[in-house]
Amino acid sequence: MTLRAFLTNRRAMAGAGILVFFALLAGLAPLIAPYSPTNINFPPMLGPSAAHLLGTTANGQDVLSQLIWGSRDTLIVGLVTATLISGIQLIVGIFGGYVGGWIDEVLSMLTNIFLVMPGLPLMIIVAAYVTVKGTVPIIFVITVTGWAWGARVLRSQTLTLRSQAFVEAAQLSGESRWRIVLTHIVPNMAGILVANFFGAALYAVLSEAGLEFLGLGNVNTVTWGTMLYWAENDEALLMGLWQWMVLPGVCIALLGTAFGLLNFAVDEVVNPRLRRT
Amino acid sequence: MTAPVQAAPEGSATTDSALVLEVRGLSKSFTVGSIGRRRRVRALNGVDLRLERGEVLGLVGESGSGKTTFARALAFLDSPTGGEIWLEGVRQPLQPTPRDLHRYRSRVQMIFQDPYASLDRLHTVYRTLSQPLRSFRIAPASQTRAACAELLESVGLVPATDFLDRYPHELSGGQRQRVGIARALAARPALILADEPTSMLDVSIRLTIMNLLLDLQQGRALSLIFITHDLAGANYVSDRIAILYAGHLLEIGPASALMHDPYHPYTQLLRKAAPDPQGGFRRGERFDASGEPPDLTELAPGCPFVPRCPQARAACHPHLPAWRELGGQHRVRCVLYD
Ligand SMILES: Nc1ncnc2c1ncn2[C@@H]1O[C@H](COP(=O)(O)OP(=O)(O)O)[C@@H](O)[C@H]1O
Ligand SMILES: [Mg+2]
Repeated sequence: MTLRAFLTNRRAMAGAGILVFFALLAGLAPLIAPYSPTNINFPPMLGPSAAHLLGTTANGQDVLSQLIWGSRDTLIVGLVTATLISGIQLIVGIFGGYVGGWIDEVLSMLTNIFLVMPGLPLMIIVAAYVTVKGTVPIIFVITVTGWAWGARVLRSQTLTLRSQAFVEAAQLSGESRWRIVLTHIVPNMAGILVANFFGAALYAVLSEAGLEFLGLGNVNTVTWGTMLYWAENDEALLMGLWQWMVLPGVCIALLGTAFGLLNFAVDEVVNPRLRRT
Repeated sequence: MTAPVQAAPEGSATTDSALVLEVRGLSKSFTVGSIGRRRRVRALNGVDLRLERGEVLGLVGESGSGKTTFARALAFLDSPTGGEIWLEGVRQPLQPTPRDLHRYRSRVQMIFQDPYASLDRLHTVYRTLSQPLRSFRIAPASQTRAACAELLESVGLVPATDFLDRYPHELSGGQRQRVGIARALAARPALILADEPTSMLDVSIRLTIMNLLLDLQQGRALSLIFITHDLAGANYVSDRIAILYAGHLLEIGPASALMHDPYHPYTQLLRKAAPDPQGGFRRGERFDASGEPPDLTELAPGCPFVPRCPQARAACHPHLPAWRELGGQHRVRCVLYD
């Protein structure tokens, strides 16, 4: 019945639709993209034409091919980072909330420290110190700065669940702590976990774009963020190459919106108080 | 009553083997409030009880009197802060290890008040019942399903195969509580703590559930602590009744004695509030319960019932009245009977 609610939820379907679209784009990039995204042998700064539907960059690369290939990196960073963040949240939140005691106090303090540190500045500083540029450090930086809020949510959920009668009944039934966590606590938080996953993916996509736009990624990879970086660097708008500047941003916004919609929809389904119509 | 063995080492044995449970001076306080404004809620204050094999004890008190705290302390869901718990002649450590707890809970089980909150909505009946069967090694894996079916039959959910694979939302409140009872039975305990097991059920099925509990209790020589706020209900199921007020026991004795010849003014008050099967309601008298239960953070030294007691006198104030023996296991803690 939760699945039905999800499938009939307009936001969920819109989000899933966009996500599937980009996933197809990323998966089929070698087949759909007209050229290699790193091929620099085209005339630079072309406007849209039949040969180059979205024109070329200042370096003579095909913008459409870059957009299509760029979806790969962005999706991978979004999903991998969200998985890592969710994993950390799950461990820190549930472990602290269920075990309690000094372990919880240490984990809570850690969470609060990361929570009060402003995300973007911290990210920029960490990224600036990471000497190897590329996708992996970006994932690392976003993960380190992005797990705290969700961990706190999960911790408070765990505390609530832990004192529920069915958990206490399971204790009386002789269940071990870890079986209780795995068979009662985690399944009862599944909705929040999924919602948090999409929230983290949204955060990751936007953060990646921001870092790469600032030149803190590897500027030689093809991603929407580095496209923005080069478009800005080479003054695409001054040259009238608006599609080069605007479309990567639109893609980032669309993918972010998809994750945001899914996050909200799952929240809505598992938390009926939020449901309106 | 035997004199309490002073400072008996944990794990040592008493002599009386008919005793399933003996509780001495059981206390539980909660620390509430944030740093700087911490206060102690003294929810349970020196409760003494003895329970024999196959005996049903009704624990009666109004809301907030500490009934749930007592059951939870006895089930080690909240560790008691003081006192002794002796189970089947063995003293239990108040800071039990997981192993202690496992052994203890194979003998002491609990039925929860809320049949909705006490079942995991994501687990089928089978899954819920197989938990204790597996962890207490009651049935080998190959026979878990048959053992679950047997449990369901014993609580009147027949045909059992219809219920095994149901989720809680496919059960009525009464059926859920039957599953809760089956879960408590699964461990084959010596003692079951039933915390107001019928208070959240439709009035029409309360009696059925009480009768079911009694049948099961008699068939298995189970000891049962039946917690309720209703003296008449306690009288219906119990051999003996204990009256709890502000975490203190005030009167204890044979059920019929407390029902028909209550001594403590608080028991008398409860008696007037209880629906009377013979005389019917005397509405005018219904709960002249002037006042609330006392603030458990600042209990005065005397009898806790003083502020509401129609017969309070100077002797009630200085200290808690001692127990007076009234004969036939009936005891009361009130200065009126000096
Ligand atoms: N976890 C807790 N923290 C603080 N106070 C509690 C807690 N549990 C119970 N109490 C207090 O202990 C008293 C007895 O509560 P309880 O045992 O639930 O009563 P009953 O079950 O008889 O209604 C109440 O004053 C209640 O507020
Ligand atoms: Mg209660």
